[in-house]
Amino acid sequence: MEAKNLALISPEGLRIDGRKPDEIRDIKMTVGVLENADGSAYVEQGNTKVYAAVYGPREVHPRHLASPDKAVIRCRYHMTPFSVEERKSPAPSRREIELSKVIREALTPAILLEQFPFTVIDVFVEIINADGSTRCASIIAASLALASAGIPMRDLVAACSVGKVNGVLVLDVTDTEDKHGEVDMPLAMMPNRNEVTLLQLDGVLSVEELEKAIAMVSKACRDIYERQKNALKAKYLEARKVN
Amino acid sequence: MVPGELLAEGDYGVGSYTYRENGRIYSITIGIVEYKKGVIRVVPLQGPYIPKVGDVVIGIVTDFLPTAYVLDINSHYKAVLQASEFVPPRKSVLTEDLAKYLDIGETMVCKVAKFDKYSDALLTCRDKDLGRLIDGRLIKINPAKIPRLIGRKGSMVNLIKKETGCKIIVGQNGYIWIKGKEPKLEDLAEKAIRKVEQEAHTSGLTQQIQSMLQVEKGG
Repeated sequence: MEAKNLALISPEGLRIDGRKPDEIRDIKMTVGVLENADGSAYVEQGNTKVYAAVYGPREVHPRHLASPDKAVIRCRYHMTPFSVEERKSPAPSRREIELSKVIREALTPAILLEQFPFTVIDVFVEIINADGSTRCASIIAASLALASAGIPMRDLVAACSVGKVNGVLVLDVTDTEDKHGEVDMPLAMMPNRNEVTLLQLDGVLSVEELEKAIAMVSKACRDIYERQKNALKAKYLEARKVN
Repeated sequence: MVPGELLAEGDYGVGSYTYRENGRIYSITIGIVEYKKGVIRVVPLQGPYIPKVGDVVIGIVTDFLPTAYVLDINSHYKAVLQASEFVPPRKSVLTEDLAKYLDIGETMVCKVAKFDKYSDALLTCRDKDLGRLIDGRLIKINPAKIPRLIGRKGSMVNLIKKETGCKIIVGQNGYIWIKGKEPKLEDLAEKAIRKVEQEAHTSGLTQQIQSMLQVEKGG
């Protein structure tokens, strides 16, 4: 490809948006943004903008999908046609179907599903603007939305990606870095329990690099986790301040 | 507290909305921690209504079964009310037209008689103050806020009742029935209830509601 030799790291060791390699983008998290959903959240990570809505637990339709011992989670990851540079068809693509599954599986271990047999919890994730790491932003938003819906959870799920561009490991990959870099590795975890719920690797990393990458990204996840907790509490503290 | 947050370490009782792992107790929902008699529990600020035996709930009839009514109780579980409670003993429940006694859309105050998470809730109307609700208006609030609306020994709801002169029935499931002498008073009661719902976690709310109601009544 023509862009293989694109300089993504400046001579000073900074990235194209001026970040240090181990720096994540600014994250803005807001909880309870959608009136009609049982729980919702909005996450803005740099130029990646995501809405998540949670409905349920509610009755399952069609009935045969219900499980007699636990709740079922359904997840839909969807990119709006205007979220990328060239219009994306609104129909679910192969990639979106895969990401829906991946996000569902990243959230499932956190939720106490056995408390709601015969029911379904619907998670809708809508990408408003995509600039890399959308699945991580989606997981952050979805887990906030689940918590704000009052669904019992073992822990919040935090997520972050790590990549390799021009031979340097970088946190929180942007679209350009993903497309022109060598590696993209998203990871989701429950920081309090130290359990990884999602790990994907697109590219090639040596064992040492992998270990270093995981250490970097789990540190970032803990940072994001603290912000998630603050975002959830902020909603209630704000109301208290008004009085 | 938010899900996954550490509440305590050591030998404490595990109350509702918490779980224990390796001797540590964690929260599983957004809520406020409460510590009573060696038991730690979390009072949720948000969440679905889960029926409990003995709860007084308000339901809306939505369907008929051969010998029972199906009610919506604002939960992910359906509620069933046996028709034998309405059909006179000499008549057969099976041959009678159930709509004669209770029609779709009618509002009932019931008590949860039986419930487990694997089946629908069974309701009963055979008790004092239970039965059909006529007139008035039905409003829906977040079921997690109901304890706050009732207040300590019913202090909050009694205050609203006293100040507005409305009859109010609070269902544990988040449905509330209001009937007042005039629509204006019903509006006022509804406004007060909405305020309680929005500011449930703040302190000194009873006083605030009282002054609000008095100001509004005067004006």
